Amino acid sequence: MKRILIVDDAATMRMYYRSILEGAGYQVDEAVNGIEAMEKSLQEPFDLYIVDVNMPKQDGYSFMSELRGRDLFQAPALMVSTEAAASDRTRAYAAGANLYLVKPIKPDELLTNCRLLLGEVHP
Amino acid sequence: MAFIKQHITETVEQCERKQGRDCFSLELQLSDPSPSSRRWAARDLAECPNASAALVEQLQREEDRSVREIILTTLTHLGDEEAVAGLVNCLRSEDASLRNEAIEAMKLLPDEVAPIMGQLLKDADPDVRIFAVNVLESLRHKQVEEWLNEVIEHDAHVNVCATAVDLLGEVGTSYSWEALEKLKARFPDEPYIRFATDLALKRISAS
Amino acid sequence: MATKPISLENFLKFREFFYRKTGIQFEDSKRYFVDKRLIERIEATDSGNFRNYFITLRFETTGEELQLLTNLMTVNETYFFREEYQFKSLVNSILPEITAHKKDNRPLRIWSMPSSSGEEAYSIAMYLLEYWPGINQWDVEIISSDIDTSILAKARLGKFSDRSIQNLPKNLLNKYFRHNGDDYQICDDLRNSVEFTRVNLMKPTEVRGYREFDVIFCRNLLIYFDDLSRRQAADTFFDGLNPGGFLCLGHSESMSRISSLYQVRKLADSVVYQKSREAR
Repeated sequence: MKRILIVDDAATMRMYYRSILEGAGYQVDEAVNGIEAMEKSLQEPFDLYIVDVNMPKQDGYSFMSELRGRDLFQAPALMVSTEAAASDRTRAYAAGANLYLVKPIKPDELLTNCRLLLGEVHP
Repeated sequence: MAFIKQHITETVEQCERKQGRDCFSLELQLSDPSPSSRRWAARDLAECPNASAALVEQLQREEDRSVREIILTTLTHLGDEEAVAGLVNCLRSEDASLRNEAIEAMKLLPDEVAPIMGQLLKDADPDVRIFAVNVLESLRHKQVEEWLNEVIEHDAHVNVCATAVDLLGEVGTSYSWEALEKLKARFPDEPYIRFATDLALKRISAS
Repeated sequence: MATKPISLENFLKFREFFYRKTGIQFEDSKRYFVDKRLIERIEATDSGNFRNYFITLRFETTGEELQLLTNLMTVNETYFFREEYQFKSLVNSILPEITAHKKDNRPLRIWSMPSSSGEEAYSIAMYLLEYWPGINQWDVEIISSDIDTSILAKARLGKFSDRSIQNLPKNLLNKYFRHNGDDYQICDDLRNSVEFTRVNLMKPTEVRGYREFDVIFCRNLLIYFDDLSRRQAADTFFDGLNPGGFLCLGHSESMSRISSLYQVRKLADSVVYQKSREAR
């Protein structure tokens, strides 16, 4: 079973993603910020990351860069944010995200993109 | 080779005298080339009641995250008007980590942040409004639920409302019932809003 | 009047809140334990019901009740070889890495904080003697600090109850302790291996002298601090460490709620936090 880590400080948001992803048969774990995400990844790497941009202690961009800086963690990552500006998108890709989505995200949109990033469907 | 004791840990007084750590020289040391000196200056400025302006100024240009973290800790300690204004300014920064650091510091200053909260929640920039709601998350203040209701009833931006309703799942009481129902009606096509309001309503009715 | 049982929704709401604040996540199986303590505090604070109590918990400016509840939810006691996996990490991973990068022959410095009655600091000394070959090449300073002078006096004395020593292997107990009536007296060699000092971690003037450490143990202390004090402690340790130095927290503690100054490192036996080797 593919393992997905949701990195978002908002509890309801994590539950929302979880309900969609578990419904589709993925195994899901959660972290409230980049540091906890790193702690969990070090225990056992994930197949896909869903990372919010704005989080306390360590924001999504810094987490992405740190993750990509460690050889172990080259799994695909989907960054999500409330910010739609092109500069935010560019920063996310520069930090190592494979895809950048602007909130709010509909269930279909989330699932399609996760499957795409996991290589389960092809564009 | 063995275990040794050098007693070098209790030389505080001496080293303090040597460095003459008065408030003015501490402020100057905030721009010392060594990050370690800047950290110590920022830390010691917690004893200087008028240091907020200098700290805020350094915060805006400081590139070392470790120094920034300590400046923010000290600003939280000082918690005066100048400190809060400096933190609010950071919410508009392009730098995501500075923004989030400022949000965290503001969460620890309920009494100081409360008077400007109404204004922040009406800011023209939706991102600033989202950050203001983020501050509410851990703000220990009795008006939190009221502010959140105001947001979900009137804010036009779906993501501002989404952030607020997320929090109402935790702090909401029957007082929020109507506002939550209205929110659901305002954004009928947003699955997340539906999910979050239903959760909040379920929790309120169960408590 | 007896307090009503905690509903499932309230348990979940509390669990989420507590996780966000402390990083401690209760499994479903812990529900009974959590509910019991919540009810205890609801009654002790005369809150009447969960809702009123939860409001106090979230909005009380001092954060005192949250501290109190955290104390209740986490059982803290000190004994020899407590959370031994970290001492394993110390000798198997941390010290070898530190010595490999060390450019001088000055002693290695280890800070154990809070000292309490000394079990942790003495455990470290014993562990180094028994399981770290490097002790033949390197001088080591172990400093153990606490805010409480009476507990420090007790630590220096080195007399322990059978509860303190229950996790120690028999051979080490025989080697380093003398059984004396109800007590176990630790030998003078170990007593002399640790320097016990009084310090208030929250006072910059008092902690300024505590620096150039290679390893800091601060286990199960920060969990009892409020958010700001926790941050301040993490900041202080940062300047207390040499670049590349390590900070070890307790097993239920995580830096993720405290500070972003450190790098997370997964070692063979534990997760620890490191000050970057490039840090200045």
